[in-house]
Formats: sequence, C-alpha cells, structure tokens
Amino acid sequence: MSKSELSEKIILEAKNLEAWFGDFQAVKGIDVSYHERTINAIIGPSGCGKSTYLRCLNRIHEEIEGTHVRGQVLLEGQNIYDKKIDVVDVRKRIGMVFQKPNPFPSMSILDNVVIGLRLQGINKRSTLLEVAETCLKKAALWEEVKDKLSSLGTSLSGGQQQRLCIARALAINPPVLLMDEPTSALDPIATAKIEELMNEIKRDYTVIIVTHNMQQAARISDYTSFFVYGKMIEHGLSSDIFTNPKEKQTEDYISGRFG
Amino acid sequence: MFKLNSKTQDSLLFYILRFISLLVIFLLLFIIFILFKSAWPSISQNGIGFIFKTEWNPVEQHFGALAFIFGTLITSFLALLIATPVSIFVALFISEYLPKSASRILSLLVEMVAAIPSIVFGLFGIFYLAPMVRDSFSPFLKTYLGFLPFFQGPSFGIGILTASLILAIMIIPTVTSICRSVFELIPKHQKEAAYALGSTKFEMIKLAVLSPSISGISSAVVLGLGRALGETMAVTMLIGNSPNITKSIFAPAATMASVMANEYTDANNPQHVASLCYLALLLFLITFLSNLFAKSIVKNFSKMG
Repeated sequence: MSKSELSEKIILEAKNLEAWFGDFQAVKGIDVSYHERTINAIIGPSGCGKSTYLRCLNRIHEEIEGTHVRGQVLLEGQNIYDKKIDVVDVRKRIGMVFQKPNPFPSMSILDNVVIGLRLQGINKRSTLLEVAETCLKKAALWEEVKDKLSSLGTSLSGGQQQRLCIARALAINPPVLLMDEPTSALDPIATAKIEELMNEIKRDYTVIIVTHNMQQAARISDYTSFFVYGKMIEHGLSSDIFTNPKEKQTEDYISGRFG
Repeated sequence: MFKLNSKTQDSLLFYILRFISLLVIFLLLFIIFILFKSAWPSISQNGIGFIFKTEWNPVEQHFGALAFIFGTLITSFLALLIATPVSIFVALFISEYLPKSASRILSLLVEMVAAIPSIVFGLFGIFYLAPMVRDSFSPFLKTYLGFLPFFQGPSFGIGILTASLILAIMIIPTVTSICRSVFELIPKHQKEAAYALGSTKFEMIKLAVLSPSISGISSAVVLGLGRALGETMAVTMLIGNSPNITKSIFAPAATMASVMANEYTDANNPQHVASLCYLALLLFLITFLSNLFAKSIVKNFSKMG
C-alpha cells in the first residue's frame, strides 16, 4: 500500500515510554505514533524489549510482580497511564493476542469468543451468537467450527486455537489490537491463514504486531519499528525500512549481519 | 563383593522393588482380613441391620451403628461446609494477592496448623472453643436462625457444633494447601488472557483460576473429608459421646471413631468387641468409598478440562 492510501489519523501514541523489571530497564524512552487502520510491525533481536514494550501498550506489563512503567501512552489523545483511567477500560479498548494460543480450557468455542461480552454484562443469546459469527468469520474460522460451536475451545488445532483467540479479542471490538508473536508457535500453513486474516481485519482495526520473522513483517505491515536493547532504532514505512533503511544497525539486522 | 552382571543386577532390583510394593498391598488386604475376622461374630449375629439400628447398649447387648454413622457424617459435613470456603479464600489470597515472599511465609504458617497434634486441638476445644460456643455462638445462632430445628435446644458447649468447628480448623490446612497448589498450576497466559479482555481481578479469578480448578478443588475437599471422617482424639473430647440422632447441632453425639476410642478398653464381652470392629470396618468402607467417589469426580472434570 502506498503512503497516500494510509490514514493520517493517529490513534495510539507512546511518549517517552520506559519499562522495568525490578532494576532492569527493558524499554528505554520510546516515542512513536500509530495511524488508524494500519498494521505496524515491531522487529528486533530476541531480548530487545519488543514484547515488553507491546505489553505496556495495554498495561498488562504491570501485572507481573516487581515491574513498573514510566511515560505516556495516548489512546485517541488520552493517556492510559493517567491515574483517573481505569485499567479495565483500557484493556477493553486495546485487545491482545498472545504468543501461545490461550483459549479458556473449560469453555466451549462459542463461550470463548463471547466471554469478553459476557464480562461487560451482555448475555442476550441472539446478540452473542451474532457477534460470535461475525468475529469467527473475521478470524477466518467460521467455516471450520460453525457445526461444533459447543465443543471445547481446546479441542481445536493450534492454528485454529490462535484464530479463536483472535476472534475472542475482536469480539469486544477494540480499536487497537496488539499481537505478540502470534504465529511463532504455528506451522507455515496456519501462519499464512493468520497473515491473510490480518489483512482483512486491518479495515476495521489498528494492529501492532511483534514478530521475530522479518519476512512476515515485510509481507504484512505498513509500518515497521526496529528495536535493539530496549531502544527504538528506527521507525518508518515498511517499504522504506526493508529496502532503504536510514540506520546502519537496521540495515545490518535486516540483511542478516546480526541478530 | 562379587560383581553381578548388568542383567542380573537389573532383574534383582526389579524383584526387590516388586516384593516391597506387593508387601504394601498385602498389608492393606491383611488389615481388612483381620478387621473382618474380628468383626465376624457381630456381623453374623446382627447382619446388615447393624447399620440401620440406632440403639447401642453394651450392657444389654444391643448393638446398632446408625447413631455413630450419623455423628461421623454430620460432623464431617459441617466441617467441610465451614472449611471449604475458608480454605479457598485463603488459598486465593496466598496465590493471587500476596507478593511471593509473603505468600511463602503465610502458606508455611497455614501448614503449621496441620502440625498441631490432635490432642492439642482437643484441649483448645475443651478450654476455649466449647465455652465460646456455649456462651456466644449458640445464643447468636438461636437468635437469628432459631426458627430452624437445627438451631434449637440447649447448648452445653460440648456437642456436634463444637466438634465440627474443631474438625474444620484441622482440615483447613490440608484443603488450603492443595487448593493453593492447584491455583499455582494455572498458567500465566490464562490469567493474561482474562486480563486482556478487560477483566477485573475478581473476574480474572473466576474465569481463569476458579473455573478450571473445580476438579482440583473437589479433590482437595475430599481429601479433607477423608481426614475429618477418621479424626478421633479431638472429636472424642468435644462431641459429648452420646449415641443419639438429634436435629439440633448443639446436642452431643458420638462418631464411629469416638466410640471406638472410648470403649475398646472396657469392652469385655466378645459381642461388644466384635461390634466395635464391625464399626471400624464400616468406617473404613465409608472412607474408601468417599475416596473412590472423589477419584471419579476428578476424572470427569479432568476429561472436560
């Protein structure tokens, strides 16, 4: 997609964001903004803080004992780290898909998809079924599960489980969806399916995806950030980053000279 | 020492291990056999009716087990009713709320309660709990729930309620520590899945911690039940040892274990001894069945999970 077709509206913005595990600073002063309805990849060598950074964007990093965060994350102009903001509301507006597929083991496929709605007090069966169908279709899983919605979520294959988790995240309709290496536990066919569906959901959602797979970042993303040791070395249009990086370190990494 | 070739060494080890394992199983069968043999005079005379007869009068040679079975079941049931929620709350607090260092200390302290000898619980019950039940708990329950038959009648402090409370305290550490290890087995990514959907901590606990733990919690409860059914010393000191079936939980009663502990020394005539052994056999059967039942629950739930 060329630059002119991309939305200019900024939906999410990090300002001097820093994160710690105890005394160890994993994320160092990140400043970046994300445009609406784009796919944004974060690449970098392992241990570079990219997952931790992502986990600061929906405030799930702070659920780990002994961690803390400094700086700001603005969602549609509002700082999600503001004291007045309820963290529960933040997470309803910034969804997340994890590295390992994690459907709830005691729940059916249907219940897994709509649990987010149930948490918000929506229990009307027709509404739930409708949302489940829409989201499972967006997650390209509907055809495979429509006849067994009441079987356990964990009875599906790994790739299907991950798409189920994507449907679950989409069901509460968050404007931003974070994905933490969503395909690293999956085989190439399952990966291809997820990359395909990401192109579809981009019409309605802003996606920020951490990936260790540079080809994946190049294939699917509009923008790419390159992280090393908790710092963002470079951020820009993926077409520029992968063909004509400004920084020497980025060039070395994407040409396979380090990392 | 002469050296065995490796094949002989391995098979020797196998035979030794097998022998010792079989010995343990043999011991179980042997105990059942001895119990059965000692109980036989009573079994042959009273038959299965022993279970349904309430009268127990060694002097007149009337022996029936129902009052003791009732005492055992009602005290264990009440103890579980009190101990289960408490244990789940304590385990949740330890595993989900406390920082690691504090949680280690608290769980150690809770487990220390299990190390207190039964007789000490008995003394605590006699000198502290029984007067408290008589003077505070019973009047309170009578005032607010006195319209129910379970909370009527005089309370002397010694009786079903006091015994159940002590039993509850005794099984809380067992149930808590199993629940805690069940909760700690929940993978972090399950909790994060709940958080990422906008759960509050309470909703996260319901969704990601409690609902997948139902089978684990049930097995904890049944292991607690196993301990409560057989507990003897403290209960014998607190239950009042009167073989009656009453509606009131303030009334004294007797359990299968307590009557055995009380009467085995005075049992002179063979029918009395045999009837006590018959009771022992029944107690064993009840704990055995409750364990079997527990296993089947766990199996059904783990099939689901």
